Amino acid sequence: MSVSTVTKTENGFRPTGASGGPLLEVDRLSKFFPVGGGQTLKAVNDLSLTVAKGETLGVVGESGCGKSTAGRTIMRLYEPTAGETRFEGRNIYKLKGAELKKLRREMAMIFQDPYASLNPRFNITDIIAEPLDIHGIAGSSKERKRKVEELLELVGLRPEHANRYPHEFSGGQRQRIGIARALAVRPKFIVCDEPISALDVSIQAQVVNLLQELQKSLGLTYLFIAHDLSMVKHISDRVAVMYLGKMVELAESSELYANPKHPYTQALLSAIPIPDPQIEAQKERIVLSGDLPSPINPPSGCPFRTRCPHATEKCAAEAPEFREVKDGHWAACHYA
Amino acid sequence: MEPILRVNDLHVSFRARGGEVQAVRGVNFEVKKGEAIAIVGESGSGKSVTAQSIMRLLPSPPSFVKQGTIEFMGRNLLELSEQEMESVRGKDIGMIFQDPMTSLNPTMTIGHQITEGLIKHQGMDRKAARERALELLRLVGIPNPDTRFGQYPHNFSGGMRQRAMIAIALSCNPALLIADEPTTALDVTIQAQILRLMKDLQERFGTSIILITHDLGVVADMCDRVIVMYGGQVVETGSKWDIFRHPQHPYTRGLLRSMPRLDQPKGEPLIPIHGTPPDLLVPPQGCAFCARCEEAMEVCVDHDPELAPVGGEGQTAKCWLHHPFAKEVQA
Repeated sequence: MSVSTVTKTENGFRPTGASGGPLLEVDRLSKFFPVGGGQTLKAVNDLSLTVAKGETLGVVGESGCGKSTAGRTIMRLYEPTAGETRFEGRNIYKLKGAELKKLRREMAMIFQDPYASLNPRFNITDIIAEPLDIHGIAGSSKERKRKVEELLELVGLRPEHANRYPHEFSGGQRQRIGIARALAVRPKFIVCDEPISALDVSIQAQVVNLLQELQKSLGLTYLFIAHDLSMVKHISDRVAVMYLGKMVELAESSELYANPKHPYTQALLSAIPIPDPQIEAQKERIVLSGDLPSPINPPSGCPFRTRCPHATEKCAAEAPEFREVKDGHWAACHYA
Repeated sequence: MEPILRVNDLHVSFRARGGEVQAVRGVNFEVKKGEAIAIVGESGSGKSVTAQSIMRLLPSPPSFVKQGTIEFMGRNLLELSEQEMESVRGKDIGMIFQDPMTSLNPTMTIGHQITEGLIKHQGMDRKAARERALELLRLVGIPNPDTRFGQYPHNFSGGMRQRAMIAIALSCNPALLIADEPTTALDVTIQAQILRLMKDLQERFGTSIILITHDLGVVADMCDRVIVMYGGQVVETGSKWDIFRHPQHPYTRGLLRSMPRLDQPKGEPLIPIHGTPPDLLVPPQGCAFCARCEEAMEVCVDHDPELAPVGGEGQTAKCWLHHPFAKEVQA
């Protein structure tokens, strides 16, 4: 299955790399975890998507929907249960030795919790230079120092911060350090896993603007995982919505928000409180009943049918196909 | 209408290794009967410390109330004995916390935790308390209350736990409900359920609510009046309409501007508030927001402005820009 290889953005059409192919193709990827008693947790189930060069693909969904597992499997932090991820045409799960190590320089990750993801006993220089050391590209100690200072400047910190320790920094500054570290090996592709959820509102905008500036100046490609739909809309070219390990909808971001096709996306969008009392007073909110079903024993057919206001017998019997319902707009619903 | 809660010039500090952290520095506000107010602010703004001081939940030491009174239905809560306070907690004021997993007792059944307050405060016998608890579980939308009554918190999902906590908080029909980030740990679709439930209950029983949150969207949905806190102080108050439509303090304006909105076209970069909040170990002498404020004037550095009436009805802001002299300077 191929999802549109050309992405429409505010600046017009964006080609998908020199070769014409996307930077990253995820093809029917699944990741199951055994949970004992012979049962498996289907965290990611038959996921397919493509990310074009220079694009930001947003992935949204509630906790437990598999978005972080998807990000980590795409990074090959987890080995997949089935399926492929092709990075510049190569299946990353087949790579070994030197080739795998080279891949590790091309992909990086920014984590959610800037308190837990920095080693408290390393100073900032050692944290940022660790990837350089591992890949043997740090050079002389003078060069290493210069590289760290350059990276600090790139993310809006000062060179004199280099000798300090993580506890001396605020959450927003720590996230900048995490970004500098991710950029150290000059990656092409970065998985941002909830990079701003742990930050205060007034600091979130600082970090998001930084990520966007870096994307422009360094030509980065992002997979942006988050549960804050307003922020995902702001930063992403296209947005994928996940539910119980499955992708339920994928579309260009303004199209998805203006014209959601899947009932889950519709409910999710209507559930977000908008900071405007007028709109809140007039809004018809779709309040879903019930909780998220367990991904250990997901419902038959469509995974959303147990909470869907429009579910019919067909939804229980048959899993809906993920199909293109409109130009570049994909949804997994019988009635979309 | 007569306010049921009045917080006067509250100062709360913590003794820390480096000195005294002045978490709350002179907070004033009141809550009327049946009213839902929101206290918004970032981490470290003093919003949770204010709420926990009302409930007297802060451990002392290291915390201590330096100054101020908290009048609740005619009594100063800060002067009550621990025993008197215990009858206020749960009976007159209910509280809902952010994380239901750490605030419910994992070794007690949900039923036991709801009936505990009923038996203690209402003098009910076990059977009557059980009946009332089942009724409460039904009220907050927990299916199969008979089974759920005997289960433990770990048997509940996050949203269900928060419902159970609301049932406990409401069990004795409190006059005031303090909800400290009640939906922050929940997913948006579950958040919508919990907010709707709280709103219904407020309308039905006329409970006053103090909602503490950092999410301005939740405020627009839930509350009548908004109190904006920054650096341990109240910097702006007003009806939600005035706060969202005509914010008068540069911090409130900055906060609203820095958030992307779902209903707006994208493309423009966000306008962040530069810098970081003040260190309350050494609070600034002048306006707390001065260092991050684009409109700061000389006077802001050394002189702390008063919270004074501005713009809309009942709207107040703590900012020199609204001082009559400031207009002359600008003009």
